[in-house]
Amino acid sequence: MLSYIIRRLMYAVPIIIGVNVLTALLFFRVNTPDDMARKILGEKFVTPAAVENWKKDHGYDLPAFINTDEHGAGIVTQTIFFQKSAPLLWFDFGRSDRNNIDIGREIRGRMWASLAIGLPTFIFAIIINLFLAMILAYLRGTLLDTWGLFICVIMMSISILFYIIGGQFFLGKALRLLPISGYDTGLHSIKFLILPVIVALIGSTGAGVRFYRTVFLEETGRDYIRTARAKGLGESRVLFKHALKNAMIPVLTNVVVSIPFLFYGSLIMESFFSIPGLGSFTIDAIQAQDFAIVRSMVYLGSILYIIGLILTDISYTLVDPRVVFD
Amino acid sequence: MPTPRYLDKSGRSLPPEAEARRVARAVYEIKIKKDIRYEDHPAFAKKPDGTPLYNALTDKEIEDIEGIEDLPERATRGLIAEDYVLQIKRMADPLVASPVLPILEKYILGLKELELKMREDLTAIRKERKEKAGPSYNQSLDEQLNPIVFDYAKYSLPGALVVDRYTYRIILKRKYPQFIYWLAMPFFSPMPREVLEFYNQSKLMAKNITLDRYPVGTGPFVMKSFNPNMEIILEANKNYHEDRYPESGEPGDEAAGFLADSGKRLPFIRRAVYKLEKEAIPRWNKFLQGYYDNSGISSESFDQAVTFGAAGRPEITSFIRDKGIKLQTSVMPTTYYAGFNMLDDVVGGYSVSKQKLRQAITIAINYEEYLEIFNNGRGMPAFSPLPPGIFGHIEGKEGINPFVYTWDSKKQVPHRRSLEYAKKLMIEAGYPAGRDSKGRPLEITFDNAWTGPGQADLIKWYIKKFKLLGIQLVNRTTDYNRFQEKMRGGNFQFFSWGWNADYPDPENFLFLLLGSNSKVRHKGENVANYMNPEFDRLFDIMENMDNSPKRLAIIKKMLRIAQKDSPWVWGYHPLSFGLYHKWVKNIKPNAMANNTLKYIRLDASTREQARKEWNKPRFLPVALFIIILGGIILFSITSMKRRKG
Amino acid sequence: MPVILATDLIVFLVTGGAIFMAYRSTRGNGAVLREIKQNRLAAVSLVFLCLYLGTALMDSLRWRDVAVDENGAALITEDGGAVYESEALSLLDRALSGLRTGTEKSYSAPFASRLFVKESMELPDGRVTRGYPPLRYPGTHILGTDKVGSDVLYTAIKGIRTGIVIGTGTTLIIIPFAIFFGVIAGFFGGFIDDIIQYVYTTLSSIPGVLLIVAFMLLFGGKGFQGGLVSESDVFLSVFVPNDRLFWLCLILGITSWTDLCRLIRGEAMKLRELEYVNAARAFGVPGSGIIWRHIVPNLMHIVLITVVLQFSGLVLAEAVLSYIGIGVGPEMGSWGNMINTARLELSREPVVWWNLFASFLFMFGLVLPANIFGDAVRDALDPKLRYR
Repeated sequence: MLSYIIRRLMYAVPIIIGVNVLTALLFFRVNTPDDMARKILGEKFVTPAAVENWKKDHGYDLPAFINTDEHGAGIVTQTIFFQKSAPLLWFDFGRSDRNNIDIGREIRGRMWASLAIGLPTFIFAIIINLFLAMILAYLRGTLLDTWGLFICVIMMSISILFYIIGGQFFLGKALRLLPISGYDTGLHSIKFLILPVIVALIGSTGAGVRFYRTVFLEETGRDYIRTARAKGLGESRVLFKHALKNAMIPVLTNVVVSIPFLFYGSLIMESFFSIPGLGSFTIDAIQAQDFAIVRSMVYLGSILYIIGLILTDISYTLVDPRVVFD
Repeated sequence: MPTPRYLDKSGRSLPPEAEARRVARAVYEIKIKKDIRYEDHPAFAKKPDGTPLYNALTDKEIEDIEGIEDLPERATRGLIAEDYVLQIKRMADPLVASPVLPILEKYILGLKELELKMREDLTAIRKERKEKAGPSYNQSLDEQLNPIVFDYAKYSLPGALVVDRYTYRIILKRKYPQFIYWLAMPFFSPMPREVLEFYNQSKLMAKNITLDRYPVGTGPFVMKSFNPNMEIILEANKNYHEDRYPESGEPGDEAAGFLADSGKRLPFIRRAVYKLEKEAIPRWNKFLQGYYDNSGISSESFDQAVTFGAAGRPEITSFIRDKGIKLQTSVMPTTYYAGFNMLDDVVGGYSVSKQKLRQAITIAINYEEYLEIFNNGRGMPAFSPLPPGIFGHIEGKEGINPFVYTWDSKKQVPHRRSLEYAKKLMIEAGYPAGRDSKGRPLEITFDNAWTGPGQADLIKWYIKKFKLLGIQLVNRTTDYNRFQEKMRGGNFQFFSWGWNADYPDPENFLFLLLGSNSKVRHKGENVANYMNPEFDRLFDIMENMDNSPKRLAIIKKMLRIAQKDSPWVWGYHPLSFGLYHKWVKNIKPNAMANNTLKYIRLDASTREQARKEWNKPRFLPVALFIIILGGIILFSITSMKRRKG
Repeated sequence: MPVILATDLIVFLVTGGAIFMAYRSTRGNGAVLREIKQNRLAAVSLVFLCLYLGTALMDSLRWRDVAVDENGAALITEDGGAVYESEALSLLDRALSGLRTGTEKSYSAPFASRLFVKESMELPDGRVTRGYPPLRYPGTHILGTDKVGSDVLYTAIKGIRTGIVIGTGTTLIIIPFAIFFGVIAGFFGGFIDDIIQYVYTTLSSIPGVLLIVAFMLLFGGKGFQGGLVSESDVFLSVFVPNDRLFWLCLILGITSWTDLCRLIRGEAMKLRELEYVNAARAFGVPGSGIIWRHIVPNLMHIVLITVVLQFSGLVLAEAVLSYIGIGVGPEMGSWGNMINTARLELSREPVVWWNLFASFLFMFGLVLPANIFGDAVRDALDPKLRYR
């Protein structure tokens, strides 16, 4: 098991390097150091000399990938890629281009806000979706199942933007039940979190219930369930005891892969509800064209994704002892 | 107000009205008050032996420090003239990258030389460090850990001198009456040496504790908590010097109740909280709910808040008035304009026909309509770059742009020339109905950086207006980087931009049309690349004059020249509307003053009461909804059971 | 003079594909046709989808008119060539020219006869009051007008083409690549498989939105943004290859490419082991021949299922991207742009709801049928997955 994990981690290394090179290529091409300098130096009175100086002071006066002015290792190391992008490999995010803040520290600080909204959404979504899916699976073939499924399709067909706008308008503005947006620290944050969590739950229910219902129905079609039924077990017992247990693999795959997004935050939700998490951090950085932050976030996202993949594989063994790794 | 002494080349005194070319030195001697103290700050805290307490924090000491509030020991010290001189020197520091350095080094004696010297030293230090470390050297990482720090005491700046403990002197190379405006800006705030030493610790920087997040000063408020993702909290400075509410004001202030607090100690409020609110809907609604004390008015909420009275004056609607909300308006020292690239073959040039083409377009782009649609009439169409409130802006018949407007003497208002007149100009310009001599439709490209929501509407509007003259406007929206690139390269015909004044002087607007300030040729701010020798000559005279009838006459001449050439369609000057709840007192907007917070007074109990009253939740619909939903579920379950059972 | 955008080709291709499918399923014993005959909801959905596709097709046939002077005579250049307007109007624009040109000054509610906002009006005696001025075309705006007075119904209809192009074009563009890489990875295995797996794992591990942002900033700012055609973008006087919407499709395609590629790879691996493939190999049929004759045709159902299932998700994604400001250009009608502007209108009092309502209605009218139809297609082609 341990050797398997180590092997998987080793396999992740070239992927991480690939991500790093790709993002460096993309972002330095999108936003040349000259663009950055001008953006940061402001609107007025920006002389070409000031741009050159900014680049020098921030280490952007080097060539992108290969420095022909240097000798030996300097050819590779005295480049923007090596100095700016390679440190990401050992999680040194450096400072932001714009206001010189320590990115790693900012990420650690903002992570909690993203989690505060992501974790409840995640947990409640699994519970609610599984529960509703089981009811539908239990009632399969009935009118309620057909209608429930149809409602799911309808819910899937509505853009998340409408859910957000609608939630803010009705629950916040018209009924004055919840604050429209904002965030606070500690327990005070709860009243701000309810609305985004409700909206996110409603937004995910349609697709989630439909998916889990399929999973259950696939399980209930299998032989062992038929055996269980033939033994005379009640339908609800069959469903909740046997099918649920065996449906865990596809459920887990779906669940674990979405763990990175807990940390990473939802770009849209955080922006609409003024939640100072990693998602809004990224959107702000995109809008301010602070690519030191965007690069860091891309990198972090990839790492979390890869960890998610590995976790999925490991969780299989925990749920299903038949799955062995060698 | 500091008044300069002017000296000629040989050091003899000159009278204040001396011609600019005779002035070789302008000396500002500034005396500061003696009883001013800085806010309590860890940077001033000392060990018993008198050395700074926190200037050499170790890794262990810094471990648990999350913000500046975790450094408990605080102290203060008196303000001295040296702090001001230090700050002026600091502007030349290449690592500070002061945005105003390129301007001020034209004026302050020796500033340019100091910058070059420091830059040279910086390069030498970097080279040395790199050679020492070898090829693996990473400059940005190394400078994060071991920041390069300049000892300003080792550098001299002849243009900024300490005279005595409470007096300092600034020497300019030329006459520059606008310099006093600069002195009022944050760039000239005092900077204590202790504070710089404190913040130069890389360990604090790694914790995001930096000077720009936690500034140190002598003002009425201090930075309590800085969290720009959520909120910024200011708190009253208990070391703030004795400052009292003014006894007298402008005419009408007394009647408006602005002098009720005369003679009281400032500031009034103990704490000011600024919240980040990204979306317009929540911001406006939370203001109406009483969670924000003041608010601007977005275009969407304007009709809800403001109507225009019989005399065309803005008034608040009854809906808003019932809540006790008050309205304040002020003209901003800003001009939003669109312009032509004067270097372009089609729209540029100074021949009469080109002038007429541009004048015709200027007439067709009806900013009265623009303001109605997009700004709810908040703003006034511009006749020149100079907004109201800036010397040189003239109200009434004298002030209009005669090439675009006529004066309606009956109603005493300017009247935009008709579209027919513009079409006639087009014929005279050689583009009848927007077709050139070969019958091709005239195509003009339009560069802008309008990628935001709702800004497509602006573009559509411009296209519509050009179409009135038969001109096809080809839109070239790009992101702001590419837009600026095109502006710098001169690769454009028609563009839109804006200018916000640095200080309230006509020079700060008219230099946007100065030939030697051309963006393409001289990397300046004259984006239209307008160059008229006569305009430039008059500018040189006007630039260094004090406001006087003579200056006004020159400005008038300059405006007429520019209006005839019409390098800009003159755009508009925005009007700012602010709304305030009834519990907020002493608000009087002033776009140029940033220190008005200390005058504001709040009635907290009224606010508390209003919030309670306005925000009673409506539970009934929710209860109804839940009951109905529950009913449906119950019904379906029972009916299922019956069928299954 | 016709103008063909890169994205028009997508619409033509989709229309052609749809007609081909319809023809084939009426001739043979098409599983899809059978499914639709049984499932009335899917049949209704299909009708809806056809209506949308037809509208998109009408909106993709565009040409530029000859420029005329005031007297209506055509303008001719010195060397006798015709001069064309820079605006290329589509068949749809021409059919709806009443809606397109019947603009008001600003907001008006559905079926209203007066403007929704107050304006300063001059009374005959010279005094100025604020009031609701009458509309130029009272009662004609079924869904009201927007901030600059354009008809909302027209804007919403213009969004159809964008929705269809995003929904189908994205998958169409990537299908060749996904099939190519998926099949060679699955069929040949070994080192090629490792390389291709590495590429798509790397690509899929980068957060999609950020990848899209980078690409759009890189390519999205140039070329045709929607609206007027600029001469510099036109190639061979009719073709506009550099189209922002096309870039968006391509970029969305790259980010969603990996799922399809992975599916195809898995299926190709299974097919490789089948007996008739082994037999073909034994007869000495070269690898390319086997792939072309035996593997690819047996993958097509996966491709078709992916196209219909991804469709609705992509239409929804467009709206979100427009919200971040990296969607289609501001001049191109799209529901995402509509929502983006409309979200500010909800804070008005009284609320301007019709912009939001129209975008909701039109988007829902496309996505819901697409979801239902997509399910039907999947059930028909892949009975394993049937769970109805």
